[in-house]
Amino acid sequence: MGRIFAIKKYAIHDGPNIRTTVFFKGCPLRCAWCHNPEGISLFIDRIWIKNKCIACGQCLDECISGALFLKNGEIIRDGERCVACGHCVDICPALAHESTGREADVNVIMEEIKKDIVFYDQSGGGVTFSGGEPLYQPHLLLELLTVCKKSGIHRAVDTCVHAKAELVKDVAALTDLFLVDIKHMDSDVHEKFTGVSNGLILENIRLLARMDKEIRFRIPLIEGVNSDPENIEKTGRFIAGVAPESRVDLLVYHEMASSKYDKLGMPLSPFTFRKPKGKDIKRCVEQLERLGLRVFKGG
Amino acid sequence: MNTRIEYLREQSFNATPFISIERALLETRFYRENAGKYSLPVLRARFFKKLCEEKTLYIGDKELIVGERGPGPKAVPTFPELTCHSTADLETLRQRPMTRYRVNPADIKTYGESVIPYWKGRSIRDRIFNNVPQDWKNAYKAGLFTEFMEQRAPGHTALDGRIYGLGMADFKAKIQEQINVLDYINDPKAPDRFETLHAMEIACDAVIMFARRHADLAKKMANKASDTMRKQELLEIARVCKRVPEHAPQTFHEAIQMYWFVHLGTITELNGWDAMSPGHLDQHLAPFYEKELADGSIDRERAKELLACLWIKINNHTAPPKVGVTARESGTYNDFTQINLGGLKPDGTDGSSEVSFIALEVADELSLLQPQPSVHISVKTPDRLLDAATRVIRKGYGYPSVFNTDTVIMEQVGMGKTIEDAREGGTSGCIETGAFGKEAYILTGYLNVPKILEITLNNGVDPLTGKMVGIDTGDPGTFKSYDELYGAFQHQLAHIVDLKIAVNNYIERMYARYCPAPLLSVLIEGCIEKGRDYYDGGPKYNTNYIQCCGIGTVTDSLSAIKTHVFDHGSVTMDALLKALLNNFKGAEALRLKLWNRTPFFGNDDNRADTIMQQVYHSLLKTIDGRPNTKGTCYRLNMLSTTCHVYFGKMLGATPNGRKAHTPQSDGTSPSHGADRNGPTAVINSLAKMDQVRSGGTLLNQRFLPSVLSTDKDLKKMAGLIRTYFGLGGHHIQFNVMDTKTLRSAQQTPDAYRNLLVRVAGYSDYFVDLDKDHQEEIISRTAQAL
Repeated sequence: MGRIFAIKKYAIHDGPNIRTTVFFKGCPLRCAWCHNPEGISLFIDRIWIKNKCIACGQCLDECISGALFLKNGEIIRDGERCVACGHCVDICPALAHESTGREADVNVIMEEIKKDIVFYDQSGGGVTFSGGEPLYQPHLLLELLTVCKKSGIHRAVDTCVHAKAELVKDVAALTDLFLVDIKHMDSDVHEKFTGVSNGLILENIRLLARMDKEIRFRIPLIEGVNSDPENIEKTGRFIAGVAPESRVDLLVYHEMASSKYDKLGMPLSPFTFRKPKGKDIKRCVEQLERLGLRVFKGG
Repeated sequence: MNTRIEYLREQSFNATPFISIERALLETRFYRENAGKYSLPVLRARFFKKLCEEKTLYIGDKELIVGERGPGPKAVPTFPELTCHSTADLETLRQRPMTRYRVNPADIKTYGESVIPYWKGRSIRDRIFNNVPQDWKNAYKAGLFTEFMEQRAPGHTALDGRIYGLGMADFKAKIQEQINVLDYINDPKAPDRFETLHAMEIACDAVIMFARRHADLAKKMANKASDTMRKQELLEIARVCKRVPEHAPQTFHEAIQMYWFVHLGTITELNGWDAMSPGHLDQHLAPFYEKELADGSIDRERAKELLACLWIKINNHTAPPKVGVTARESGTYNDFTQINLGGLKPDGTDGSSEVSFIALEVADELSLLQPQPSVHISVKTPDRLLDAATRVIRKGYGYPSVFNTDTVIMEQVGMGKTIEDAREGGTSGCIETGAFGKEAYILTGYLNVPKILEITLNNGVDPLTGKMVGIDTGDPGTFKSYDELYGAFQHQLAHIVDLKIAVNNYIERMYARYCPAPLLSVLIEGCIEKGRDYYDGGPKYNTNYIQCCGIGTVTDSLSAIKTHVFDHGSVTMDALLKALLNNFKGAEALRLKLWNRTPFFGNDDNRADTIMQQVYHSLLKTIDGRPNTKGTCYRLNMLSTTCHVYFGKMLGATPNGRKAHTPQSDGTSPSHGADRNGPTAVINSLAKMDQVRSGGTLLNQRFLPSVLSTDKDLKKMAGLIRTYFGLGGHHIQFNVMDTKTLRSAQQTPDAYRNLLVRVAGYSDYFVDLDKDHQEEIISRTAQAL
C-alpha cells in the first residue's frame, strides 16, 4: 500500500514517448515554486472547492462525525472532529469535496499502468514515477519498479534524489532512466529555496553516474533564482563533469500553479518568481551547449 | 503557391454560392416536350445530353483545368426532379443567416412560373411524402431517424482507376458488345437491359460533346488572346479537351482533366449525396507523373500546379441547397468530396508515392473547404507519410483525417469482396467504406439510438410531444432489472429499424424505376456487364447502410440507470424519469450525481465499455444482413456527420445528466466531457468495439496546440494513431485549436473567415457554422497536458 495523488495517461513530457505517470505523495523538499503542491504532504487531506459546490447540503446530512458545517455560504471542516473517512468525497454529486490523494496498492496501480502497454510498445514509452518524491515511499516504489521490470515496461523515475545512497542504489538497479532536477549549485541558495542543502543530491547524482545509469537533467529555469550566468555555468560544468552524454531539459518557470495553492488553501511562497526573458533563456541554452551538452527546451 | 494558383484560390474562396436556375429551366422544358416518349433510362440520358449541349460554359482567366457545373464558380444548380424548391424555400436560402445562397429575385419569379408548376407532385420528394405510412411519418417527425434519399439521389461514390485506361469511346464499345449479345428469346429482362445500355451510350456521347464544346471555346479564346503565354495555354486546353474523356489520358494534365469531366458529369446528371470522389487519386496519377518526370515533360512544380487547379475546381462546387430536416441536420456548403492518399495498391504493395506528398502540400497551402484529403495508413505505409500528415494536422484545418487501411480492407473482405477490390476501395464522404468503382454503397439515413432509449423509458411515447411513436414495451417503473429494461430497448430498436427499412426499400425502387443514372452506370463496374442501372443492382457490389448515432450518449445513459437505479438502488426509476421530464429542473444534485458518478464510455472502464459492446451488438443484430431490394443487404456504420446536433435537439434530457436539446455524442466519440482519462483511454475504449463489422466509425479528438508544439510531439501523436490502428480502429481525426481562438472567432467572425475546423467527417469554416455547431465543437473534450 502507498499514497498517490494522480495517475496520468498519455504523459508525453515525462520522459521518452507515450508514458503513464504515477504521482507519489510526500516530498522531503519544500521548493518555493513547487508546481505540484498537492504532492508535498504525505497526508491525505480533504478539501472543499467553493466554485464546484451547489449547496445541496448532502455532505452536511451524511457526515458521520459531524465535522462539516455551513458558515456564511462556506462549508467548514472541523479538523478535530473529522475522522478522514472520505464519505463526503464519495457522495458529493458536484465533486466539490476532494481528497488530495488516495491509498492505493500495487495491484490497483499496476492495473492502470498495464492498460496502456500497447501504447508503450508501439511508441517506445513506458511508466514514469513522479511526485511529490517517489523515493519518499521506498516500499511502494521498489515494489512497482519490480513488477514493471518483470512485465517488461520501461521505467523512469522523476526524482530530486534527496535520499539515502543505499536506497538510490536499490532504485537504480530497477530503473532505466532517471529524470533528475538540479535546482541550484550553491548549497545555501538551494537551502533557502528548497529547505535542504544540495550536498546529498549532488552526491547521489555522482553515484548514479558511477553506476552508469541514464540520467536526464532537468533545470527549472526561474529568474531571480537560478538563471543567472554564474549558476548556469556551474550547473553545466557539474553535469559535463559527471555525465557529459546526458540530455539537459530546461523547464521554463510558468505561473500556472497558483490556482492549485488556492484550491488547497496553501499559502503562496513569500518570494515572487518570474519567467526568464527570451534572451536569457537563449543565453542559458548557449552556455550549456558551449559545454558540449545536449539541451532541450521543455520536457 | 504561384501567382496563378493564388489568383484562382482567392477567386474561389471569395465567390459567394449562388443559385443558377439554368439546369431547372432546361430540364423542365425537356420533360414537358419528351416525357412519355422514351423509356426512363433513355429519357434521363437524353436530358443529360441536352444539358451538355446547351448549358453555359465557363473557362476562367488563368485556368488550366476547365469545366463548371453551373455558369461560373460556386454557381449551384437545382434538381427539381428530386426536390423542387418552393419560392419560399428560395427566399429562405437568400435570407437565412447561415449558409446563405445568392438568389436573383427575378429567377425566383421565373421558377415559380415555369419550374414549380411542372414538378409539384412529380418530384421524387413529393412522391415519397405522398406515399409513406403514417407511423413512419410520426417517427420521422419525432427525430428517430432521417431519410437520406428523400431529397438527394442515393449516395454517389468514388472511382477506381478505370477511367485512366479507358476513354468514353472504349466504354461505348463495351456497351455495344453487351447490346449485341442480348438474348431477347431467353432473357425476359433483355428489353430492359437494352434501354439501360442504350441510355449509357447516350451518356458517353454527352460527356464527349461537353468536352468538345470546351475545346471549341478554348480555341476561340486562344484566337482572341493577346497574351502569347495564355494563347499557348488555351490551345493546350483545347487539345486536352479534344482528347479526354473520349480517349484515355496520356499525360498528367489529361488525367486530371479526364477525372474532372467525369466528376462534373455525374454531379450534373443527378444530385447524389457526397458528390463524387476520385478515390485513390495519388495512385491513379503516379504513373503519369513518373513517366513524364522521367522524359522531362513535367516537373514537380507543374504537377503541383495542375493538382492545385483540380483542388480549386472541387472547391468551386458548393453543395446544392437542402430543405427541411436535411437542411437542419446537414447545413454546410461542403459537398464531401474526399481524396484518398496512401493506402495499398490492389496488389497489396504500398500505394504512397511522391504524388501523395504533393497532394498534402497542395491541401496545406490552399487550406480550402473542399476537397477533404484523407491519409490511409497500413502497416506497410512508411512513417514519412504519416509524419507529413501530422504536420498538416497540426495547422488545425481538421484535415487530413486518418484511416486504417488494414481495417478498411478487412471490413470489405468480411462482406465478401475480393481482396483486390477491397484494397482498391477506401473511404468516401466522411468515413464510409466502399469498393471504389465497383460498388453502390448507399447511405439511407441516421438512426437516433439515444432517442430509442428515450421512448423505451416512456413506453413507446415521445415525451417531447406526448405522441405514441414506438410500441408498448411496458412501464419502466415496473422493471425489476437492467436486463428487463435492455430487453424493452431491443424491442423498440427492432420496431424502429423495421419502419426505416420498409420505407428505404420503397424509395430505393423509386430511384431504380424513375431516376436512373446512366453516366454513373458507365463508370461503375458491373452495370455495363449486367445491363442494369447503378440504382437497380447493376454494380458488382451493392450495400445499404444505416448510420447509427449517439453510441456515447446511449451507453452512458444505460450505464447511469444500471449503476444508480439497479446496482446501487440509490435513485428510483420514477424519480429519474420525473427529473428527465423536467429537464433536471430542481434536481441539479441528481443531474451532477449522474454526470459525475457514473462509469462513462471513453475512459477504458469496462463497466461502461461492456454496455457499449452490448448496444453495438444489438445494432448489428437488428441491421446487419437484413435484405435490401437488390438481393444484397443492409450494414451499419457508426457515423453522425452533423446529425448529432439535430438529433440532440429532438431529444429530451438523458439519464447521463445531459440536458434536453443539447447535442448528443458525435460519431463513435465519447460524450463531450465524459472522457476524463486522456486520449489513450479513449482509444482503448473505442478498440473494444468490433469495428471491422461496421462500414466505418468516426473518432473526433480535440487537441490543444500546446500538445503538438514540437516535432517530437507529432511523433507521439503518430504513435497514438498507429496504436489505435493496431487495435483495429477505422478512423481518427483531430481538431487542433484552443478555446480562446474559437471564442474570438465567434466575437469577430470577419477576422476568422479562414478558420477551418473539423466538424464531422469533413472540415468547415467555423464562422459558417450555426451557433449550436460552434458550441458543440467548443464543448468537445480538449486533450491537454
